[in-house]
Amino acid sequence: MSASTLASAQQMSGAQSLSGAQSLSGAQSLSGEQDVKIRLRNVSKVFETRRGPFVALDSISLDIPTGCFFMIVGPSGCGKTTLLRILAGLETHTSGSIEISPPPPGRPSNSMIFQGDSLFPWMTVWENAAYGLTMRRKPQGEVKEKVSHYLNRTGLLRFADHYPHQLSGGMRQRVSIARAFANDPDILLMDEPFSALDEQNKVLLQEELLKIWEETRKTVLFITHSVDEAVTLGDRIMVMTAHPGREKATLDVPFERPRQVLELRARPAYGEFVFNIWSYLREEVQRARAQDEGRPQ
Amino acid sequence: MTEATQNATRAFARKGFRISRGNVDRIMNIASPLGLLLLWEVAARLGWIDVRFFPAPSKIFAVMMQLIDNGQLWVHLKASMYRLFWGFVWGGVPALVLGVAMGLNRTLRALVEPIVSATYPIPKSAILPLILLIFGLGEPSKVVMVAIGLFFPILINTIAGVLEIQKIYFDVSRNFGADRLQVFRTVALPGAMPLIMTGVKLGVGMGLILISLAEMVGAKSGLGYMMWNAWEILSVETMYVGLIVIAALGVLFTVLLNELERWLVPWKAAR
Repeated sequence: MSASTLASAQQMSGAQSLSGAQSLSGAQSLSGEQDVKIRLRNVSKVFETRRGPFVALDSISLDIPTGCFFMIVGPSGCGKTTLLRILAGLETHTSGSIEISPPPPGRPSNSMIFQGDSLFPWMTVWENAAYGLTMRRKPQGEVKEKVSHYLNRTGLLRFADHYPHQLSGGMRQRVSIARAFANDPDILLMDEPFSALDEQNKVLLQEELLKIWEETRKTVLFITHSVDEAVTLGDRIMVMTAHPGREKATLDVPFERPRQVLELRARPAYGEFVFNIWSYLREEVQRARAQDEGRPQ
Repeated sequence: MTEATQNATRAFARKGFRISRGNVDRIMNIASPLGLLLLWEVAARLGWIDVRFFPAPSKIFAVMMQLIDNGQLWVHLKASMYRLFWGFVWGGVPALVLGVAMGLNRTLRALVEPIVSATYPIPKSAILPLILLIFGLGEPSKVVMVAIGLFFPILINTIAGVLEIQKIYFDVSRNFGADRLQVFRTVALPGAMPLIMTGVKLGVGMGLILISLAEMVGAKSGLGYMMWNAWEILSVETMYVGLIVIAALGVLFTVLLNELERWLVPWKAAR
């Protein structure tokens, strides 16, 4: 626990660049605080199962500043997806408090980019990308403008009439990115969006995501099990423990923006920082594996 | 050989001509019943089969032309189609709505499912007397028979279709702010559509069976009546005309429903 507070105190330098992004998006912040978009205090989630209560999240507290690209890294089964689903409104928390600053009028609070295939197979690329705007009954002109912008940014405009089954996995995930961005939410929630992709596609999509994100600098909460991904994309990284999910450490990423994925990864400082995160994570991954194998810890 | 098969043969013979898999399916759909008819004609002419019971298709065809000329076939066909259509409306639409609602709502499913399971296996032919008693000898009893026959396959397939939709699609629609009606329209209905179409196909087949049956008892028009009447006056050819028209209707509906499915379920077309 003391390690986590030390780490976040050490490296607050990354946070300075965030205040500029806030004025850009024009979003409101939580009352009383300068620029906190999401605040969790002692949030826990307990599932009632046949074998008794299962603690998925154990007293998570965190502040996500406006415009921050916030990463959560943890071993599989640590409850990080549950946390994201709670914030997306798809799950309820058992105890603790969640404050999310209200979105500007006419915009949704959050949109989620799901893990795996989440495009509607019965809709074309265009209809999928337009889904959020259509559901909110936005005027045709606005839908057309936003959808064509983001399909263009993801290089998919000429596939607008295709159905998802006609696209590769990487293209499908780009449509999900376009769908979330076109919806213009205050917060983007991403649940391991690239985990099913091969390494080459992953790097390309990370690069594209960073470019698109630079345009708006929305607040992002991004879940991943990949340390590389967390360091490449994030401003701040929270490492979670193995089940039950708790905060292990929170660190600020010391790299400036805009970033080039491959250039960044070639730096010695990058390797050091990845190692630094790994030193927190290693023990947790081992613990998660022991849990999986059913051995006592 | 018909024009269609000739065209197909020519198309295959022409070098470098590519025919889509969908078109090949369509051609084969038409070719197989025609081939069977051809075989029958040959068998009848060569005396392989007893023509008192199995008259040659050409003789049946002659009687059919006669029935077309004097307008009788149209009268009966129209009467049957009319009942089938209204049966489809009164049976299919409620089945679709109830099926989607039951697929989405666990409580409703728990309430209605036992009633469906109990009533579904009852042979529809066995309730014809009851239907006649309740609805009389007029049009409503025929329409109700068709409606009941269509209702169950469409309902059961629609429920299964909605239940089969992956949970993530409902998560997406919730996260992107869809209200109940929008979830129904953009997720449940299109997601269940492949199985709904299976239900409709089964239902239309059941409808054709039941309409013939219902018209044999207490009707003065319709294909079923025409066949029953032909038995009474020993006009074997007319019976066959009735059978062929019903068989042709079966093929026609299958083709039409397959086209409708290609149009409604384009995302499954390539599989």
